[in-house]
Amino acid sequence: MAGAASALFLLDIKGRVLVWRDFRGDVSAAQAERFFTKLIEKEGDPESHDPVVYDNGVTYMFIQHNNVYLMTASRQNCNAASLLLFLHRVVDVFKHYFEELEEESLRDNFVVVYELLDEMMDFGYPQYTEAKILSEFIKTDAYRMEVTQRPPMAVTNAVSWRSEGIRYKKNEVFLDVVESVNILVNTNGQIIRSDVVGALKMRTYLSGMPECKLGLNDRVLLEAQGRTTKGKAIDLDDIKFHQCVRLARFENDRTISFIPPDGSFDLMTYRLSTQVKPLVWVEAQVERHSRSRIEIMVKARSQFKERSTATNVEIELPVPADSTNPTIRTSMGSANYAPENDALVWKIKSFPGGKEYMLRAEFSLPSITAEEAAPERKAPIRVKFEIPYFTVSGIQLLLMFVRYLKIIEKSGYQALPWVRYITMAGEYELRLI
Amino acid sequence: MSGHDSKYFSTTKKGEIPELKDELNSQYKDKKRDAVKKVIAAMTVGKDVSSLFTDVVNCMQTENLELKKLVYLYLINYAKSQPDLAILAVNTFVKDSQDPNPLIRALAVRTMGCIRVDKITEYLCDPLQRCLKDDDPYVRKTAAICVAKLYDINAELVEDRGFLDTLKDLISDNNPMVVANAVAALAEIQENSARPIFEITSQTLSKLLTALNECTEWGQVFILDALSRYKAADAREAENIVERVTPRLQHANCAVVLSAVKMILQQMELITSTDVVRNLCKKMAPPLVTLLSAEPEIQYVALRNINLIVQRRPTILAHEIKVFFCKYNDPIYVKMEKLEIMIKLASDRNIDQVLLEFKEYATEVDVDFVRKAVRAIGRCAIKLERAAERCISVLLELIKIKVNYVVQEAIIVIKDIFRRYPNTYESIIATLCESLDTLDEPEAKASMIWIIGEYAERIDNADELLESFLESFPEEPAMVQLQLLTATVKLFLKKPTEGPQQMIQVVLNNATVETDNPDLRDRAYIYWRLLSTDPEAAKDVVLAEKPVISDDSNQLDPSLLDELLANIATLSSVYHKPPEAFVTRVKTTVQRSEDEEYADVGETGYSDSTGRAIDSSGTTTTSSVTAATKQPAPAPTPPAPAAAVPDLLGDLIGLDNAIVPVDEPTTATGPPLPVLLPASTGQGLQISAQLTRRDGQIFYDMSFENNAQIPLDGFMIQFNKNAFGLAAGGPLQVPQLQPGTSARVLLPMVLFQNISPGPPNSLLQVAVKNNQQPVWYFSDKISLLVLFTEDGRMERTNFLETWKSLPDSNEVVKDLPNVVVNSVEATLDRLAASNMFFIAKRRHANQEVLYLSAKIPRGIPVLIELTAVIGIAGVKCAIKTPNAEMAPLFFESVEALLRG
Repeated sequence: MAGAASALFLLDIKGRVLVWRDFRGDVSAAQAERFFTKLIEKEGDPESHDPVVYDNGVTYMFIQHNNVYLMTASRQNCNAASLLLFLHRVVDVFKHYFEELEEESLRDNFVVVYELLDEMMDFGYPQYTEAKILSEFIKTDAYRMEVTQRPPMAVTNAVSWRSEGIRYKKNEVFLDVVESVNILVNTNGQIIRSDVVGALKMRTYLSGMPECKLGLNDRVLLEAQGRTTKGKAIDLDDIKFHQCVRLARFENDRTISFIPPDGSFDLMTYRLSTQVKPLVWVEAQVERHSRSRIEIMVKARSQFKERSTATNVEIELPVPADSTNPTIRTSMGSANYAPENDALVWKIKSFPGGKEYMLRAEFSLPSITAEEAAPERKAPIRVKFEIPYFTVSGIQLLLMFVRYLKIIEKSGYQALPWVRYITMAGEYELRLI
Repeated sequence: MSGHDSKYFSTTKKGEIPELKDELNSQYKDKKRDAVKKVIAAMTVGKDVSSLFTDVVNCMQTENLELKKLVYLYLINYAKSQPDLAILAVNTFVKDSQDPNPLIRALAVRTMGCIRVDKITEYLCDPLQRCLKDDDPYVRKTAAICVAKLYDINAELVEDRGFLDTLKDLISDNNPMVVANAVAALAEIQENSARPIFEITSQTLSKLLTALNECTEWGQVFILDALSRYKAADAREAENIVERVTPRLQHANCAVVLSAVKMILQQMELITSTDVVRNLCKKMAPPLVTLLSAEPEIQYVALRNINLIVQRRPTILAHEIKVFFCKYNDPIYVKMEKLEIMIKLASDRNIDQVLLEFKEYATEVDVDFVRKAVRAIGRCAIKLERAAERCISVLLELIKIKVNYVVQEAIIVIKDIFRRYPNTYESIIATLCESLDTLDEPEAKASMIWIIGEYAERIDNADELLESFLESFPEEPAMVQLQLLTATVKLFLKKPTEGPQQMIQVVLNNATVETDNPDLRDRAYIYWRLLSTDPEAAKDVVLAEKPVISDDSNQLDPSLLDELLANIATLSSVYHKPPEAFVTRVKTTVQRSEDEEYADVGETGYSDSTGRAIDSSGTTTTSSVTAATKQPAPAPTPPAPAAAVPDLLGDLIGLDNAIVPVDEPTTATGPPLPVLLPASTGQGLQISAQLTRRDGQIFYDMSFENNAQIPLDGFMIQFNKNAFGLAAGGPLQVPQLQPGTSARVLLPMVLFQNISPGPPNSLLQVAVKNNQQPVWYFSDKISLLVLFTEDGRMERTNFLETWKSLPDSNEVVKDLPNVVVNSVEATLDRLAASNMFFIAKRRHANQEVLYLSAKIPRGIPVLIELTAVIGIAGVKCAIKTPNAEMAPLFFESVEALLRG
């Protein structure tokens, strides 16, 4: 199965072509435009929202970013996963260049856009999407030099993500461990799904081509290395590495070794599907006093140790559409009615562990409703929070998570690794009302 | 770092093009560069700036890389429309391909490959040859892809110049990126060639697996995709390969992961050790689950693939059903796919939790999602016998919510549950009957009627219930009518009392005399005859035991599944269709001869992929078994009438047609056809068709696309009287169309069957029917072009004589103001392709006058005179023919031909 895209389109919000590259001459811009405007008109039909659509012999795949659609068209059996992911990478590259990708920034920089597209895709095959390296030889006007550039070695090197000859006075590495807690609680209060997705975000300011190694307290890893685990190990379900990590080596002896890109990147992501206790628990009671009045009582409890504190807690409580005259009282924080989302948003700046706060709200409801009203939208309660200096995956081994980060460079320099941990709410949903 | 390019989009007051022309020829570099930017900006917004071709190309010789890139971009866009001028750029291209800067060398070959103009292509060969052996890997990797480009334009050239061998050498290149692009190029070339070009030996395999470790992420995808075709010699080799591929499962790039999964699954087929297989399944599960944290579009692709994977290896994700539970904010297309997988993974162990989820979904707002959730409960009931009762109680709870579409959907699935577990859950019928009058959808109505008929003896007021439907019998859709008919007969056989007897009279009368629907009429007559001759036999037939239905959630045919699994991550795996079903490579290269077109017939022709036999009788019991949960009320079908005869449609239009049988169904292919019956009108059935002429025979090239929820079969066609008496020359041979599939056929046509009186017009009225839907009528246009016979060429003298012999009143002249003749040759070629033959040409002032001849069937000659000025709109067309009435049709067709 071979095949590639016939053309690549950047479209505006109405489906008109802003910029396009034709690779094979078998799909025209007019044809694609016609298809896409038709698709947009049909909005509301879920079928039309599939990101992969077949129309008249052509397969279109698209993603949306702000007011821009990115779309490929193909007549062959091409790799759908690769092309869709490529479109997302194109967004990343444009964001790196123009800070934000939107219709305006495309128009303002169309010359660079063409140049980038030329480098990123050839004949419909994704080629190169490392923004950092691309910016070494494709520059926006302000930075453009008159000297002719050459392709950086990195473009075709085995180490395609880092250029040689980088120098820093002070070599530093910042490591952020960010864990997102995803949880889904059923109406009966039972946790039906919970997992933790962690990301190791790295920012490197290192000279030369540093070889790095990373140790984890993952049980499989430790056992593979013949160490005793002493109950400090954690079980990671799946680990994904940035392309700089030597995967074959990892498979062999579980060593995570790599030459990092310069600047920030996600070194690895991991998933943990062990059942976690919900860090913030919310209970809501709804009473309909009459046809026109509703009362909501909410209890929010922090279920983590007292020495930690959740910050920027935001609890979104669904309320019936068209509710009016809210009267709200809270024991902590502030709550506002957001009618555009049919929700009550309760914000608590600082929520220490082991505490419980209350909210009581009353709304008036429209007294007249349609006989055959559509069923109420049953949105779940959604919670957002951040807990700094805390990870779910290994609470008791807070400082052990990154065991060593050794930097070996030929000239032998010292580098300082800085490590931070934070836990946040991911898709945190409680179906309680 | 934002730019200010938008200023180039602003327009000037007076003539933009002349102003740009001046600026392009400016001696100041900056002004020149700005002018080129303005040109590109104009091109980007779709303005035609092709008239600046020469001026832009003059800017090509520059040291400024940015400017060069812009000029190249311009060339890619306009070279096609100005092939003669494009040649001006060749020298610079060739020079640039030897520039000391590798960026420029690569840019030159890359751009030359994108200019799909034959004249340019010829000059591409030498630079390409050099660049394939360039010192710089950046140039080599660009050249590798360029070979694929050239192959797409001119395959012969690639083979003649030995580029394939050079490309194969690049597989051993020391640079991983070059290797990856060479693999991608070779794989594509192989795909389009009948000859083995890129065979993967165990040696190449090993080389490529090594390169895998050093490639960019995209390169890894190319290599994995190409290698997944490799068939290992034995289990041991397969295990070795898998061992080297598994590390890719840890890659952050989802496409790399999916392609690795594909390769592992392919090799697993050969691995015999159950331990190894179990281990691999265990290894693949977490990466598959992680794909669900990706962007929603990627999730969608992943879910469509997981759907396939769990059909082949159900154990992989058996314990992971929870990760497929829908999140509130999942896009609807992700939710729909998750639901499908939840059904597949549902088991006795997890069914309680799954049902809770389905129930939750059934109260959401998106109607399609809610319906699918209700259907999912029914499918689980049919799949898991021990859970059926729990499923039913959930359905009953949902019915109590009284949301109309939930109730209707629930009744449809309960009917299936009744069929699956006869005599088990009839106690709930009373609850169902309460919702009787809220049913307004045909499928739900038909299902309810089926239930009443089937259990007539247990429903005290069954006759009253059915009677309430009878009043509206003539207005009901066919689906409901058929069920009403059968249910009434059942009722009568079970309770042969006075009430039902009267009802049956009414129904039979309605279904025979009053109806247009042949299916209904046939069924009614059969019942009538059975009832009147042998009521006992009628009982045996109508009340016979029905075959057991099964769950269709593993519906893919094993051989199709094999093919789809080999295509994981590709569009084929997203559509769940083999690539032939949707790959439509249109060769855009010029001078495509007729022969070539024939050559790929069959290659791309779509055949019914699911491998199901063509179900000519339409309603055999087997078809209702496999599709039972989807089909409306798979009623106790009596033995179907003998295979449908082609003239069943006989009096639809009121014609008595002679049918010329043609034995072989002809499959068709080619460019997309115009849609004549849109899916929105055809209850999901879309028909596209066009008359074509091939090998002296007229065909109706038709394409059927089933977007409905049910399989469609038993297609028949008829044409109304028309000016040329065009009629079907054989039966319409369309296989059973599963939902979401399509078929394309060539229906041979014959002439002079039923000629409509009056002056000839181009109207062609068509009626198509199938076993599931009402008759569809649509109209098409007859293009005179398909009627022109191959023997229309005349001798010059003959032409002159004929011209003279015809009275002047037979000459008709028409101006075609919108037609432009750009080249006499091209126009003549186009006319000749439609059997209009060139006789002579003369020049009159600046006008070209062309004489042509053509013949329509029954030997009627058409003499044509075209007068035009090259390149200027407006053609005068005069014809002389014994049959001057044809003239308007002729002008219409010729205009369409010359404009297209």
